[in-house]
Amino acid sequence: MIPALLVFAYLGVVLYIGIFAFRRSRPSNREAEDYFLAGRGLGPLVFLLSLFGTNMTAFAILGSAGHAFANGVVTFGLMASSSAFVIPLTLFFVGTRVWALGRRHGFMTSVQMFRDRWECAHIGTVIFAIQAALLVPYIIIGVMGGGTALRAISGGFIPFWLGGAVVAMVVMSYVFFGGMRGTAWVNTFQTILFLSFGAIAVVVIGRGMGGFPAAIQSLRDTVDLAPLLTRERFSPLAFLSYTFIPLSTIAFPHITIFCLTARRMAQFRRTVIFYPLCILAIWLPCVFLGVAANAMHDVPRIAQKLEARRVLAAAPASLPADERAALRRLAAGDDVVPIMLEQYAPLWLAGILGAGIMAAVMASDSQILALSTMFTEDVFAFYGGKARFGEHIQVQTGRAFVVLLTVIAYAVAMQAPQGIFDLAVQYAFSGYSALSVLFFAALFWKRSTKWGALAVALWTAFAVFYTATTPGALAWFGLMPVVPMTLIAALLMIVVSLATTPPSAQTISRYSAPRPAT
Amino acid sequence: MRPIALLLVLATGALYALHQDVWFWRTVEPLAFGFLPPALWYHGLYCLAATLLMWTLTRTAWPHHLESDDRANEDRQR
Repeated sequence: MIPALLVFAYLGVVLYIGIFAFRRSRPSNREAEDYFLAGRGLGPLVFLLSLFGTNMTAFAILGSAGHAFANGVVTFGLMASSSAFVIPLTLFFVGTRVWALGRRHGFMTSVQMFRDRWECAHIGTVIFAIQAALLVPYIIIGVMGGGTALRAISGGFIPFWLGGAVVAMVVMSYVFFGGMRGTAWVNTFQTILFLSFGAIAVVVIGRGMGGFPAAIQSLRDTVDLAPLLTRERFSPLAFLSYTFIPLSTIAFPHITIFCLTARRMAQFRRTVIFYPLCILAIWLPCVFLGVAANAMHDVPRIAQKLEARRVLAAAPASLPADERAALRRLAAGDDVVPIMLEQYAPLWLAGILGAGIMAAVMASDSQILALSTMFTEDVFAFYGGKARFGEHIQVQTGRAFVVLLTVIAYAVAMQAPQGIFDLAVQYAFSGYSALSVLFFAALFWKRSTKWGALAVALWTAFAVFYTATTPGALAWFGLMPVVPMTLIAALLMIVVSLATTPPSAQTISRYSAPRPAT
Repeated sequence: MRPIALLLVLATGALYALHQDVWFWRTVEPLAFGFLPPALWYHGLYCLAATLLMWTLTRTAWPHHLESDDRANEDRQR
């Protein structure tokens, strides 16, 4: 119970930071920009740490360790090192340009940029709807991660539904009061916490297990578990496919919007350089611990998972679907890191490290704020709400949207049957990877048109629905669906754009050669 | 294309290709520090190589023309 109390203390600190930031917010004649973008004034350290923290969700700690528990060392190459290469590149090429255009034209969302770039209105609304629909599962992950983590940290004392509710309430509160400034400061604090978490957790757990070499040797000596130390169960083509997933990052609305919060473009330099190091610091310990957890046969909750996995592997095809789903739930490893901490760390340290885990699972704040920003800017303001009711009502509408969205996400999270990792990859990541084509076309291809953009958006919506409802869909030649989804999106952009009329030369010139503001 | 730009494109392409380390696919050896299999230590080093590439990109290919917006904005705020 002591770790759970420490985690609650941590949640109190987070709330305080969010509300404190709100109080520091100065009166401004740009109320919306101040609430949704922190007045475009984030400093270098806050920008780096909060951007990284924004992109690290429950998936980074719980999902990665859980995936590594089931699939082995392949997890690091699949998601971490590919992200360390692709994400900084997209920030370098796309993020800086989005920032500059946002400064020059006052954009607060990517849809505003697309509407201006391709001289369209309702097509922008279609893109908004698809971006928003894809973001909701990501928000649900945060609630589910909160429930899973609090249940594990409290040793089952706090049920999943209550843990999820507590996390959702805390996040909703500081986003509601603090807006982007509060969210960014909370994310900075959380990132420092969970960057420290990895190293401390490895040392403590390593000592508790009697040294990692012994644990690895134990895995090597077990026929069923030895393949977890290599990638022999994973095809190279599927591995290659995963390098397409990090393309999704720049297309996530919360990341695009975050790019607009930097005070100066120079702040992207440090972020681009240090991003791979941050990935290394958080993912390597989590993946390793997830794999090493397989050696903990003597811990009843781990042994139960290993047994469920063994039964599942040997189960006949005729096994009823509900029994199979129950076994999958039992075998899932999303809570192995908290279990290891509970087993090997002293209570007070387990509490502090548990707070580090909470820091990662609470990254849904930026997604909630991003959806609120998109709704108020791309729909409410665009269709006349701002002109009719004023900027103050616009911000209040955004806050009401934050509450509504959190309640819906919580309700869905309590019903969702899938594991954190699967949910994220299947729906959000692949779809956003396909949508990244919109950014590259808007910024680097003069000939791109609004009809090309519409084709990409509709294809993405169809492909996500198709792959989510049809097992094995678009998994061509052993590749993951994200590859055909992204390549076909690019092809559609090219073919449809070439067949339709481009925007005016005046608009294109504004995007091809940015000039200082006047 | 300038020679430095060509070098950067080649370096970026090479690093992408090096991610697909099929030569370490089925092996547990050599273990780094006695417990890290190649799939972890190699990709850990890969992250460091990515950092080096990003540092080089920001030093040699930084989009300075976009920064003019930055300075103009600061002038306007003053």
